[in-house]
Amino acid sequence: MEFTGEDIIRYSRNILLPEVGARGQEKIREGKVLVVGAGGIGSPVILYLAAAGVGRLGIIDGDKVELSNLQRQVVHFTGDVGRSKTASAAVKARALNPGVEVVEIDERLSAGNAAGIISGYDFVVEGSDNFETKYLVNDACAAAGKAFCTGGLSRFEGQAMTRVPGAACYRCLFPEEGAGAETCAMAGVLGAVAGITGTILAAEALKYLSGAGELLTNSLLSFDARTMHFRRLEVRRRPGCASCGDESIKPR
Amino acid sequence: MAIQELDVTRDRCPITFVKTRIALDKLLPGDVLRVRVSGDGPARNIPRSAAELGFAVRPVIPAGDDTYIIEIER
Repeated sequence: MEFTGEDIIRYSRNILLPEVGARGQEKIREGKVLVVGAGGIGSPVILYLAAAGVGRLGIIDGDKVELSNLQRQVVHFTGDVGRSKTASAAVKARALNPGVEVVEIDERLSAGNAAGIISGYDFVVEGSDNFETKYLVNDACAAAGKAFCTGGLSRFEGQAMTRVPGAACYRCLFPEEGAGAETCAMAGVLGAVAGITGTILAAEALKYLSGAGELLTNSLLSFDARTMHFRRLEVRRRPGCASCGDESIKPR
Repeated sequence: MAIQELDVTRDRCPITFVKTRIALDKLLPGDVLRVRVSGDGPARNIPRSAAELGFAVRPVIPAGDDTYIIEIER
């Protein structure tokens, strides 16, 4: 457990936390986290995990930065429009903390590549904008016995949950794919709502790595920024769940 | 009471509704916004989204070439 003089200062506010300490910071440094989606949710996740000094930070996204992303995807700047999101996010993460190994995966997570990519990480943060990827991460993590957290956005509302092996999974909560945006008006989302949701997920990842606190498992945290009401619903594991009912099931 | 015209036939979702919303927010009570859209997607979506905002929407008028006119009253 060796820290350089710079590390001691850089991570001082983490190390000072009773639940973290030097041992917790060491676990963060050894931790490998994959962030799925460098968008509105992924932006604060990437920044906070880089800032906290995770060992390896994988960023997977197959999209390019668009002008309409900048209102909420705060890791990307105006000059990044047209660049790949992974490259844009990786530049910021490395500039924030050169001690972090940042891995750029400039492709979409798919049934074909998910298991291989996820195998290189201890924890997955899912912040994509589509159900297909959310189910894919859920199923691939269940199959690999890996912990992950996931978040979703709709207008002024955000949701977050964490799943560790043995706990209720995303399919226990949402067995069927929900209705996507039915009208163009439903694409609206307050940028800060993405930030709150991503920041919750970043905290979950850091708690998982360091062992601090209690995770958002077997529950769904949802909030409405119009009223700033937060509520936590209990989620039970569903017998016969297509994903975690049999932990050895293959991702579909 | 005025009729405002808006053509979003060259726009894609969600910019179609972004422009519609900007025009709706400029309407005075009694004004009508006539939105020309291309394709049946926006012809279904825009009336629904405008109604959700509390506007009165008249029956959609087919205008040929897969375009439609949507009249929205404030």
